Amino acid sequence: MLSRILGIASVVGIIVALYFALVFAPTEQTMGILQRVFYFHLPQAILSYIAAFLLGFGSLMYLATRDLKWDRFAYCNAELGVLFTATTLITGMIWGRLAWNVWWAGDARTNLELILGLLYVGYLMLRAYLPEREKRARLSTVFGFLAVLDVPINYGAIYWWETQHPKPVLGPRGGGADPEIKIAIYVSLLVFSIVYAWLLTKRLGVARLEDEVGALEASVEAS
Amino acid sequence: MKPVAAIVFKDIAIEYKNREAFTSMLLFGLLVVVVFSFAFEGSDRRSLAPGMLWVAYAFAGILGLNRSLNMEIDNDCLQGLLLSPLSRGDLYLGKVAGNLVFTLIAELVILPFFVILNNLTFDIVLLWIVGITLLGTLGFVAIGTTLSLISAQTRMKEVLLPVLQIPMTFPVILSAVQATALVMSEDSSGVSFPLSVLGIFSTVYIAASYFVFEYIVEE
Repeated sequence: MLSRILGIASVVGIIVALYFALVFAPTEQTMGILQRVFYFHLPQAILSYIAAFLLGFGSLMYLATRDLKWDRFAYCNAELGVLFTATTLITGMIWGRLAWNVWWAGDARTNLELILGLLYVGYLMLRAYLPEREKRARLSTVFGFLAVLDVPINYGAIYWWETQHPKPVLGPRGGGADPEIKIAIYVSLLVFSIVYAWLLTKRLGVARLEDEVGALEASVEAS
Repeated sequence: MKPVAAIVFKDIAIEYKNREAFTSMLLFGLLVVVVFSFAFEGSDRRSLAPGMLWVAYAFAGILGLNRSLNMEIDNDCLQGLLLSPLSRGDLYLGKVAGNLVFTLIAELVILPFFVILNNLTFDIVLLWIVGITLLGTLGFVAIGTTLSLISAQTRMKEVLLPVLQIPMTFPVILSAVQATALVMSEDSSGVSFPLSVLGIFSTVYIAASYFVFEYIVEE
């Protein structure tokens, strides 16, 4: 039921977000029409970090409770993390090619996003080579926990370098963006969060089925 | 402290007998340096040198880590270590100290070859680089010991370690390269920042691994 509500909200929300991004928001003066890719880039970037946070949370909860539910939660968030880092990098590259005339500027935040994506991929690779269910949960959880600790250190290590990435437009230190632009950003952030939640509930359902099938197969082999 | 020292001595004694990890690390590291110095013939060596050095260190380090932990898994030596009266955290610290010793010795042998092949000079800067090597290697080995024990338990064994280790140690490699580049340049005033990143990384991962190590070796 929850999943269906989120699904309908996602579809409607995407249409609304498209309206806000493409029609409602005024064309930015210096960047022109190109700036509109930003309404998709920023929410996805934020969600790719939220995925890391949820992965870390799921990992800690698994270590504390040893309930496979939390392992599935961490795992599904890592998959969504790969998805959202990929879309963030792709939208960012489209922007970079047109605004700076390079696909890859080697900018601090770009590299950070790529490393985050590689950590998710490492986590999924590790799981793929651990056939035993309990061991897979235990070892990948430890890796997930250590990988999430890496994110703030990476941030510190990279942030020191001069960055040519546009400065934050939201938050206390944000440059004064047009109120209509801000509204469009918040709408798109909300919509993509709903999409994330919908994908997560769907994926969690599939993961639970996978575990049930795995348990059944094991019991058939044992008998 | 006593069990930690016992593990380090055990590792040194084994290594002294067969010299497997050390020789492979050293040769591989030297080969990377040689390949780089041929591949970048004619380009500005001074600006490439820090990156070259740390890529060689990182690859050689991964080789040594794999050897050190696979040795415990292969003959079920880990079982013996787990049955002995020492805490999981001490076991971790012992393995880190052992790995640190071998990796550092290999790196310190690679360093003069690196200086010669790149026509750098032997001066006071080299002492700085040794210091950065020490700090960077500590961070690299601190997380590497944990990750190699994780990867050794998978079907892929050693093949998986670089996939886990390289993204995880990105701050270490980046900061160590930047620190090396700064001490090699005229103005080394900003060097304290990358050094503190190295320090923070080592502290965080030694502390975190100390506590999660028991989950990795659990049966």
